[in-house]
Amino acid sequence: MAFAVVLVILVLGSVLFHFLSPWNMTPLASNWGSIDVTMLITLVITAVVFIAVNFFIAYAVIKFRHTPERKAEYEPENKKLEWWLTLGTSVGIIAMLAPGLIVYADFVNVPDDAHQIEVVGQQWSWSFRFPGQDGQLGKSAIEHISTDNSFGVDPLDEAGQDDRLLTSNTLILPVNRPVKLSLRSKDVLHNFYVPNFRVKMDSVPGQVSYQWFTPTRTGDFEILCAEYCGIGHFNMRGYIKVVEQQEYEQWLADLPTFAQSLMSEASEALSVKAKQGQEVAQKKGCMACHGFEESPAGPSWLGLYGANRTFKDSTELIADDDYLREAIVEPGATIVKGYAPIMPKLELSELEVDAVIAFIKERGNRDSDAGAQTMQKNPAEQSKSGAELAQSKGCTACHSVDGSRLVGPSWQGLYNSERSLASGETVLADDAYLKESLFKPNAKVVAGYPPVMPPSQLSSAQADALIEYIKTL
Amino acid sequence: MTAQEHHSPQSFWTKYIWSQDHKVIAIQYSLTAIFVGLIALVLSTLMRLQLGFPGSFDFIDASAYYQYVTMHGMIMVVYLLTAIFLGGFGNYLIPLMVGARDMVFPFVNMLSYWFYLLAVVVLLASFFVTGGPTGAGWTLYPPQAILPGTPGSDGGIILMLISLGIFIIAATMGGLNYVTTVLQARTRGMTLMRMPLTIWGIFMATILALLAFPALFVSAIMMLFDKLLSTSFFMPAILSMGEQLGHEGGSPILFQHLFWFFGHPEVYIVALPAFGIVSDLISVHARKNIFGYRMMVWAIVVIGVLSFVVWAHHMYVSGMNPYFGYFFATTTLIIAVPTAIKVYNWVLTLWQGNIRMTVPMLFALGFVSTFTIGGLTGLFLGNVVVDLPLSDTYFVVAHFHMVMGVSPVLVIFGAIYHWYPKMTGKMLHDGLGKFHFWTTFIGTYTIFFPMHYLGVLGVPRRYYAYENYDFIPESAKDLNAFITIAAIFVALAQLVFLFNLAWSYFKGRAAGSNPWQATTLEWQTETTPPGHGNWGESIPECHRWAYDYSVPGYEQDYLPQNQPGEANA
Repeated sequence: MAFAVVLVILVLGSVLFHFLSPWNMTPLASNWGSIDVTMLITLVITAVVFIAVNFFIAYAVIKFRHTPERKAEYEPENKKLEWWLTLGTSVGIIAMLAPGLIVYADFVNVPDDAHQIEVVGQQWSWSFRFPGQDGQLGKSAIEHISTDNSFGVDPLDEAGQDDRLLTSNTLILPVNRPVKLSLRSKDVLHNFYVPNFRVKMDSVPGQVSYQWFTPTRTGDFEILCAEYCGIGHFNMRGYIKVVEQQEYEQWLADLPTFAQSLMSEASEALSVKAKQGQEVAQKKGCMACHGFEESPAGPSWLGLYGANRTFKDSTELIADDDYLREAIVEPGATIVKGYAPIMPKLELSELEVDAVIAFIKERGNRDSDAGAQTMQKNPAEQSKSGAELAQSKGCTACHSVDGSRLVGPSWQGLYNSERSLASGETVLADDAYLKESLFKPNAKVVAGYPPVMPPSQLSSAQADALIEYIKTL
Repeated sequence: MTAQEHHSPQSFWTKYIWSQDHKVIAIQYSLTAIFVGLIALVLSTLMRLQLGFPGSFDFIDASAYYQYVTMHGMIMVVYLLTAIFLGGFGNYLIPLMVGARDMVFPFVNMLSYWFYLLAVVVLLASFFVTGGPTGAGWTLYPPQAILPGTPGSDGGIILMLISLGIFIIAATMGGLNYVTTVLQARTRGMTLMRMPLTIWGIFMATILALLAFPALFVSAIMMLFDKLLSTSFFMPAILSMGEQLGHEGGSPILFQHLFWFFGHPEVYIVALPAFGIVSDLISVHARKNIFGYRMMVWAIVVIGVLSFVVWAHHMYVSGMNPYFGYFFATTTLIIAVPTAIKVYNWVLTLWQGNIRMTVPMLFALGFVSTFTIGGLTGLFLGNVVVDLPLSDTYFVVAHFHMVMGVSPVLVIFGAIYHWYPKMTGKMLHDGLGKFHFWTTFIGTYTIFFPMHYLGVLGVPRRYYAYENYDFIPESAKDLNAFITIAAIFVALAQLVFLFNLAWSYFKGRAAGSNPWQATTLEWQTETTPPGHGNWGESIPECHRWAYDYSVPGYEQDYLPQNQPGEANA
């Protein structure tokens, strides 16, 4: 008896809960109303079965409760009834599956007029790439990724030169235009999910997956990562702003192209030869370990040319043309102290080697002069751009600015505070410490935090801006 | 001198520790499984504390949270549910229900337990290595599982993979025994179509385990190689912590295919024994034959076979070729038909029954209710396009906890209340049992039913915190706090169950040999609990199917399977 009553209460309570629940689907903002319909069909059919089965049990346990004088009926099977039930169930299944597969076909087949945007996931931020005038995205590969080329666009692919790049986490989309998102990942699995658009798809390293939708109203929406991607997963935020076509086009035109991004950062004022060297260095993956920032894998090229080098056996040498040539052609022969002999031998022509050396010489020594200029910027301005960087580079996935504890230490009150390190030492969080922590995050980890921060892909000036921002917190 | 005296071990050591007796091994398996299950229960409570009251507990940081999630899931699915259904109930019931003296290979059976225990020890050891246990999520998806950025990506994941390997060796040794015993050691007259559905469920589940676990075994080994030897089975060229790794050409999705080729049958490795046991509990306590026995057997077989062709419904949004979606949605919804038939036949068994609302019956009926919800929500997730918004949200969490968390656990409890008298000779305390049922049944319902709605809203799973997400209203936090409180109640209620197990062992009412007046052979033993060799002088002969309840023309409302006379089936 009690069981029947509880069962009936649970069923009625569940139905009531369904209608009173404030937790419903987010307001639809895409063309995928048809998904909501398939869900509604499924809900109605399953709800009927749910109520019927439970009420049947409740009725049966009361009606046929045990009495000593009665004996149960003996009926091993009832073929007719069993076949009717099988048939009825099959009809219900088809009623759910058929519309489901029809709508799914829409999802699989992207409309021809959809415009394409590439979404790149990385721990723990999003970035976006748009095809330029040619309507084509340039090829990309992990080996091309460097500080100057965070998308890993193939520098030699013509189609990639006019691609527009967005490294901030706010994507702008035009309303009422189907968009195909090509999803890619630099590191682990991620999943691009906007609840209001209904659809989601994993981004998988080593391949490209896709999803498509048409935003149907303007407004602001949140991007979530829906596939567990490590410790910062829950804070891998992004935003979508849906606007009118015209506004979108203006915004898009202001984004830097791939070619511009290389020029603006680095290639300005390089000789033709040095530019060739830059391409070679990017193409051959040199930048993965070297580049012009502090790097854990190989010596930085910043100010390298003409500098004094100390080797494993404590001998010293000036890094001139001859030395660099040898170091490139026979990498194992001259290992600078503090680095592992991990550089592979590359197949480079004589001309290519010359070009790379020219690039190291011009770019590496120009930066050390230019660095001084960026320092001149006023701190308030820097701190503002620092706040933007913290958002767009995904720093805030793990570092709060309000003192609350996330994956990493909060930035509030961080500057000039005493930090106790995991090694037992204490350090003062000054400019030098913060900068080191940006580029070699796992060298001085604060006690109680896991060593999981990826080295930031910032320029030196960006790092300074970020530190200015941290100072204000 | 009889056979069993000849073999009966004498010392405490050979009788209870290095035992080759299937009943002792079953109890060893069950107690170990319950022990790790309790650890997993505590982990789930800790995880709920963070979700319900975020930031209130300093020791639960993001790393710890993900480690709790991972270990909770893996322990519950593999080390509790699989172990207790096959190693526990399979071991105890197969020889007794088919009328055998023991398993066919008693020594291998013993090894199976010790390997299982070793797997548990290795698993628990990962709590004590640097970096702690793996926090990769129970699905252990690479590349993330073996890279920094995920908790326990060094010692933790390595021990997890090794432990799984050992567990699979244990399950294989046990599984060969169960299958062979069912096929070769049935007593005279025990035809396959006279076997109790409990045995059918365990038998089919074991076949699934033997075929599915190798997929997990190879993926564990491959991932170990990727981790330790830098091979690239599952690892494409990628960055990690800003550095390019040496891997090239591997496929993360390959791992998912292998994992779910194991993982989906795994659901049925747990569900089929539960189906079988529930069928028997309902029939015994409703004093009525199970309705549509032959259809029930076929449903078990068909579900078992189909379970191997539905795996990628876990991967609709994984980035696999989307055209797979058509195939896997179709197979997945087809599997709902035999599953629905099982539900119909359970409830139709009640019709015109003479139902005793005993504690095992309460749990069995509670199962039918929770399994119905869990099965029906599976129709949302199996139907590929409906899965798009729901995948990776709390709808999935609620669904699989209803269908393969709460439901099988209710069956385990029902089965323990049902067979404890045979195992110990004592009845479990009825009042405590009822209290345990009501708190667990209503409690789990209030935990998981509302949770579906968080998923409908779009709240993603595996989030340590949900702060500052605009689409999640404040009220969702209240719901999370409510769910946490309910979870704590349910967790505490299990202490009553443990107390009942211990108290009844010493103080429980004597059970007699057949307290439920059941027909199956295990209730017809000479002594209770049964001695070594189970049957005394001669093994019983089977004369009828397992469901001769309330047969017309007989005074008694049940006819034991070994009772000679006119057989009805």
